[in-house]
Amino acid sequence: MTMTQEKQPITTNSAVPFPSTAIAADAARDDAGIAKEDAAWTDRPEPAAGPAPITVETPSPEPQDTAEPAAGRTPKMRADRVSVFYGDKQALKDVSIEVHDDRVTAFIGPSGCGKSTFLRCLNRMNDTIAGARVAGQIELDGHDINAPDMDVVQLRARVGMVFQKPNPFPKSIYENVAYGPRIHGLAQGKSELDGIVEKSLRRAGLWDEVKDRLQESGTALSGGQQQRLCIARAIAVDPEVILMDEPCSALDPIATAKIEELIHELRGRYAIAIVTHNMQQAARVSQRTAFFHLGELIEYNRTSDIFTNPREQRTQDYITGRYG
Amino acid sequence: MTLTIALAAVLAIAVAFAYLGRSRARGMRSGGSRLNSLPAYHAGYVFLWAALPALLALAAWSPIQNRLVEQAVLASPAGQQLPEFDMVRDTILSEAYEIAAGQREAGFNPESTALAPVYRATLAHYAWIGGGLAILLALAGGAWALTRVHPGFRARSGVERWVMGALVGASLIAILTTLGIVLSLLFESLRFFSMVSPSEFLFGTQWSPQTALRADQAGSSGAFGSIPLFWGTIFIGAIIAMIVAIPLGLMSAIFLTQYAPAKLRSVLKPALEILAGVPTVVYGYFAALTVAPLVRDLGIALGIGSASSESALAAGLVMGIMIIPLVSSMADDSIAAVPQSMRDGSLALGATRSETIKKVVLPAALPGVVGGVLLAVSRAIGETMIVVMAAGLAANLTINPFDSVTTVTTQIVQLLTGDQEFDSPKTLAAFALGLVLFLITLVLNLIALRVVRRYREAYE
Repeated sequence: MTMTQEKQPITTNSAVPFPSTAIAADAARDDAGIAKEDAAWTDRPEPAAGPAPITVETPSPEPQDTAEPAAGRTPKMRADRVSVFYGDKQALKDVSIEVHDDRVTAFIGPSGCGKSTFLRCLNRMNDTIAGARVAGQIELDGHDINAPDMDVVQLRARVGMVFQKPNPFPKSIYENVAYGPRIHGLAQGKSELDGIVEKSLRRAGLWDEVKDRLQESGTALSGGQQQRLCIARAIAVDPEVILMDEPCSALDPIATAKIEELIHELRGRYAIAIVTHNMQQAARVSQRTAFFHLGELIEYNRTSDIFTNPREQRTQDYITGRYG
Repeated sequence: MTLTIALAAVLAIAVAFAYLGRSRARGMRSGGSRLNSLPAYHAGYVFLWAALPALLALAAWSPIQNRLVEQAVLASPAGQQLPEFDMVRDTILSEAYEIAAGQREAGFNPESTALAPVYRATLAHYAWIGGGLAILLALAGGAWALTRVHPGFRARSGVERWVMGALVGASLIAILTTLGIVLSLLFESLRFFSMVSPSEFLFGTQWSPQTALRADQAGSSGAFGSIPLFWGTIFIGAIIAMIVAIPLGLMSAIFLTQYAPAKLRSVLKPALEILAGVPTVVYGYFAALTVAPLVRDLGIALGIGSASSESALAAGLVMGIMIIPLVSSMADDSIAAVPQSMRDGSLALGATRSETIKKVVLPAALPGVVGGVLLAVSRAIGETMIVVMAAGLAANLTINPFDSVTTVTTQIVQLLTGDQEFDSPKTLAAFALGLVLFLITLVLNLIALRVVRRYREAYE
């Protein structure tokens, strides 16, 4: 989503109400709803077909999501003093962060601040970059993901990823989604696989658009549909965490709205970490926001606090558009 | 004056005009005019107009001149006394030319010595005409171009047109040469097909290319069925060689692009490319002296009595090794062209590196790989030296790789080696074989290029 679009509210007739107008209406429901939804997630019915209104976090207090994690609640992923080096260059300095099960965590900051690098540490995608070196401790459910006994292939099945540019495989829509379940052997037989494909596409909000053309190529879809296909592909292996690296930066505003809506649908079922350039997006989709600058974590707090009451001057400067 | 001197004169005139053009343009600039083009462009423009038309005229003149000189010499009183018989007359003429040109002292035939002064005089006469013409053209072209040197004159565009013309000319020469090659093959093949029916040639299974010197000679009837030759070619080049080259080439490409660290790759890739630079005759030695005996011994050990020391297997194996770099570098290119985002997408789903290669990278790279393989096949079936040295001469229709087969290129070499008369079907068969082989490789190349191009469009 572009900044221009942010400054001039959309006047075109989108099926999705533009968030700024929906904030007040959704605020009360959202705050009250989170706890209830969290409890009900496991047996929650599939979302109804058709677009649902975007819900947006508002700068109002969220009683049960305080800056410090509530007692007894263990974070899904915990990063402790993580540094990343590309050759001799240090891209990330001593970042400590926690990602929670039922929350969307947004990483914001100017280009080159290390937010994507950090995201790629969480499922060890930095392994694929020659010369990248990660120091510090990253835990998933209390297990060090860089430990020698950690199976990186299994880790990536548990921590899925959606990339900046939609990257569907040059295969059919069905095969794109079935790819992960096939390699992990999640389905016994064709009908079970069909079920996984349908469920994943439904959760990604794409089923109704593609159910009649599952055998067409995934690359023939529009950009927004491709990105939702990639989300469906990630969901299909039943991950615990989904990492999204600027998932909307290559999409138009309407496709972006759909992805944001989808992130709301998925919240609570998966721990979600999203990198974004777009501060309004972070404000709309996340409960926690981490602000990175020049490879350092400047501030990590509830989204409402980051945007209304930042502790750090640099955060204040960034969110008010003084740089970045 | 010889044409060489004329050439030098034309170039000197052009340089002089270029100098004039440049100083004229400079004069205009120092006179306060703002030139459209730099003086160097004006100089270039004048130079091209002075030199190129004159040079083209010279190039066209020199073959014409030889004809004219010959005719004039024959028409002279000394020339009219020459014997009528073509071969003798031509020998005398060429001797006379060599004496006239100072390449030898005296001719073998006394007539040529007598003819030499006449030849020399006529030669000089026509060289003066041609040289003078060229120099006049150079002067005229240069002078005309010089009059156009003017502040507003767009000499840059003029030079640009000449450059484009030169480039078009260069590519035309390449294309026309190819066309000429095809036509020469075609005409000789037509002569062959007027003696042997195309259906016998294309579908016959007997190959025994001999023609009788006498009608009652034993074994006088030749057989020109080319099926065994093409089978041998395909058996060695497209089947055995590809069984070797495709897996090895593909796997080495996968290793080089996906697994090898950058340092290892920078050593291994050039090493593999050295394989492509080995002269095929060296592969031929290797096939005939090293691989063939091993294959024969293996065949005998396996109990195949007919194992030949000119087996299809030996030639095919070595040809496969020769083709590896071709397959590998084409596969390397197309694998490297699969976007990193595809690989990342697969790895992020928890696929291993080899699962990613098998299920995502190779399917995406497949068209490029197929194109590479087709190019390799076309290279293999046209390859000559290895099969001449290692494959046999017996035109067998067999699928036993230990048996000896022969190939199209081997037979062409056999048919055309030594002194041959170029009007018997035996010799002309070589051209028909060459034509069919050329058509096959042409079609293979066209398909391969199409496949590769379609694939490139997919990612750009």
